This record gives sequence, C-alpha cells and structure tokens, in this order.
Amino acid sequence: MRPANFFLFFALVAGPVLAEDPVSVAVASNFSRTFGELAERFSADTGIAVRTITGSTGKLYAQIVNGAPFDVFLAADAERPRLLEVSGRAAAGSRFTYATGRLVLWSRDAENCVDALRTSHRVALANPLIAPYGRAAREFLESAGHWEDIAGRVAYAENVMQVVQFVASGNAGVGFVAASMLNGPHMPAGACTWPVPPQSHSPLEQQAVLLAAAAEDKRVVRLFEFLQSDAAIDIIVRNGYGDMR
Amino acid sequence: MNLYEPLLLSAQLAFVTMVILILAGTPLAWWLSQTSSRWKPAAQAVVAMPIVLPPTVLGFYLLILLGPDGSIGKWWVQLTGSTLTFSFTGLVIASCIYSLPFAVQPIQNAFEALPRQTLERAWTLGASRLDAFFSVVVPLSVRGFVSGMVLAFAHTLGEFGVVLMVGGNIPGETRVASIAIYDHVESLNYAAAHRMSLLLLGFAFVVLFGMYVFNRRWSTR
Repeated sequence: MRPANFFLFFALVAGPVLAEDPVSVAVASNFSRTFGELAERFSADTGIAVRTITGSTGKLYAQIVNGAPFDVFLAADAERPRLLEVSGRAAAGSRFTYATGRLVLWSRDAENCVDALRTSHRVALANPLIAPYGRAAREFLESAGHWEDIAGRVAYAENVMQVVQFVASGNAGVGFVAASMLNGPHMPAGACTWPVPPQSHSPLEQQAVLLAAAAEDKRVVRLFEFLQSDAAIDIIVRNGYGDMR
Repeated sequence: MNLYEPLLLSAQLAFVTMVILILAGTPLAWWLSQTSSRWKPAAQAVVAMPIVLPPTVLGFYLLILLGPDGSIGKWWVQLTGSTLTFSFTGLVIASCIYSLPFAVQPIQNAFEALPRQTLERAWTLGASRLDAFFSVVVPLSVRGFVSGMVLAFAHTLGEFGVVLMVGGNIPGETRVASIAIYDHVESLNYAAAHRMSLLLLGFAFVVLFGMYVFNRRWSTR
C-alpha cells in the first residue's frame, strides 16, 4: 500500500478508535515480542488500541514509581509487581502470573552446551542481582555444583538480550538465555540449545499488575481478562513460555 | 558488594588511561598544532569523534573488534592466551579511545597558543628540537597539560555505556563505579547507590574546581 493510501485507510478505519488514548502497557523486554502478538490479537478483537513501552523491569518499575502514565505493567519478575501492590501504586488483588519463563543454555559454536560450560573461556549470564534469568542461572549452577568452577569465568550481562550479544559475537562460548528469545526474528543460529531443568531453580514467574490510576478503565480491565484467556495463553506458550494450565 | 572496590577500580582505570593518553596524546597534539598537512582536518575529526559518537557505537564496534573473533582480539588471544573483552586491559583500550579528545584538545590548544618566536628563539640559541620542547614548550603549556590530565581522568571516571557493553561486569576486573551504581539502582538498593554517587559527585566537583582554580592562578601570574 502506498503511504498516502495507508494514511487514508488509517484515518478512516483506525481514526475513531485512536480518538481516545490507547491503553499503555509497560512490558519487560523478554516479553515484548510475545506481547506484540497479543496486542495485535486483542486490538483486532476489541478495537481497543494498545501502546507498548518496553524496557527492563527495573527501569519500568522506577518509571512507574516516578509517575509514568502506564495502565498495565507486565514485569519479568514477581517482586516489582508485589512492591507496587504493597505501596498502593497497583490495584490491590490485580496481580497474577501471566507467564513462566524457561531458562535455556545456548551456544553459537559448541556441539554440546553442557560440555561448553566446562570448556568455555567465558560463560555469559545476566546479572543475578538485577535480572531474574540471571538469578535462575546462578541457582541452577549452584544446585548442579558447577558454580565454584565457573564463577571465575562468568561475564555478567545486563539482561538476557546482552547474553545473546556476548555469545553471538564470540565473546562468550555459552550463555543462559530465555527460551522465548530462541525463535526471535534477529536471533542468530545456535549450534546447541539445552533446556535447563525448571526444578533446578526458583520459578521464573512473570507477573502483571493493573496500575491504580487505570483500575476503573473498562478497556484496561478487558485487556487484563484477555491476558488470562485460553487464546492468549496459547500465544504465550507458543512463544516459549511454560504452560501452567 | 564492596563499596570501595568499584571506586578503586574506576580510579585505577582512569589513572592508567590518563598516563597513556598524555604519553601518546602529546606527540599527536604537537603534530596537530604544527602541521599544515591537508590531512589535518581529517585527523582532527577522528580525534574529536568520541565526543560526538554515542557510547553504544564505540561499545558495539569494540565488542566486535576486541572479541576473540575480532581482528585486534584474535591477535591478543594468540599473544597472551586471554581475551580482551571483559578484561581490565580491554577497558583501558576502550577508555583511551573514549577519552582521547579530552586529553589531546587542551594540550593542542596550549601548543597552538605558543608564540612562534619563543620556539624559534630557543632553536637559534642552539637548543635541539627535543630540548626546546621540554625546556620551553612544556613549561609554557602547563595549563593545557593539567586540563588534559584532569579531563582525561575525570571523563574516564564518568564512562558508562562503553563499559556496560564490553566490560561484562566482573568484580575487581571490570565492575567500575558507574556500573556498580547502575546495579544498585536497578536492584533498588538506593542507599548504596546514594553513597557511591555522592562520593563521585563530590570528587567530580573537587577535581574540576581544582583545575579551574589552578588555571586561573596560572593565567594571572
């Protein structure tokens, strides 16, 4: 479609919907691609426009605490949503687990990811202090008795995206990433992937909250209901998250 | 997390970077101040580029160049057996590029402000070029050197984006103060973030204040 036509189309079809503010959703980076699919489906079904803001859970949390005008927060952990609920910034009782992350060991070159843990000059994981997937990776390494051996060879990434960067650029031999990233459009080909046993680390619960200012907005409530529907869960599971049903 | 380790590491990185930049930057600044080569504008542009480029651009290219597959990184691995990324040495290389203009430009400005006759007088008195440089040029350019040293040091302390991209956040090796503060903020440990930030804030003021006081005294003498 030519740009001019597109704008005409947009003005005629989408105009009335966009007349009111779209629903603003703050989404943790690891879920942004999946949420894109969900939002598309939701908007197609309901005519409600959705605007997505992506970032790390920590940054989005800080923005919310400092008054960012978001309606919904899809975090990468359970901690920040809980804090928002406790402090009254999120609607009480709205918090739920919308997805459970799965940790995967991933390498660009190695045939066997687990061997690569032993042999790689560098092992990349997200910083356990700030990233849930990093904490899970560390818990797994500790429970498997690998941590002592690996601790001196770890390179800490800011998040799982940067783990991929470190491994894809050859700077780390192997790294812990999120399963949800594996089929992403820009994900480089890997030589091996090894799903980390979920029971070896605390669950990667990703929780959502409705922010207090939007609690009465029917459109936001509908989005929240949609996120818990079978149709939405199907999309979420297809994108590499655990099936909790 | 130890409060002082990252600060100490930042100070070490800044100091090593400053020493290298003064040693390597002085001849470069001299050449830039004296040359009328048609390459001068190009060289000046290259030197000034880190001021303009976002740290992400430097970080991205350094991650590739310094990595074990990169041209510099590969050579380094053959030479030493270890990789440059995620290492202190790698951060020194990154910082030297990142802070280059902050060392070179003040020194170059000082050289350019020297009266031409002063130099020629020294030469006619029989001083060798090197001798004239150290006994005439350097003493007359002290302001430039002090500014270059202070700015190179302070700017390296303030480095964040590049280190975030090529550092790997390793305690005692690449976890510098700016990264540690970022971690504290992200993990909601605002008390630790405040302690370190205030120290850096105070330090930044003190060194810059000291530099300006020095420059004023020097110019009114």
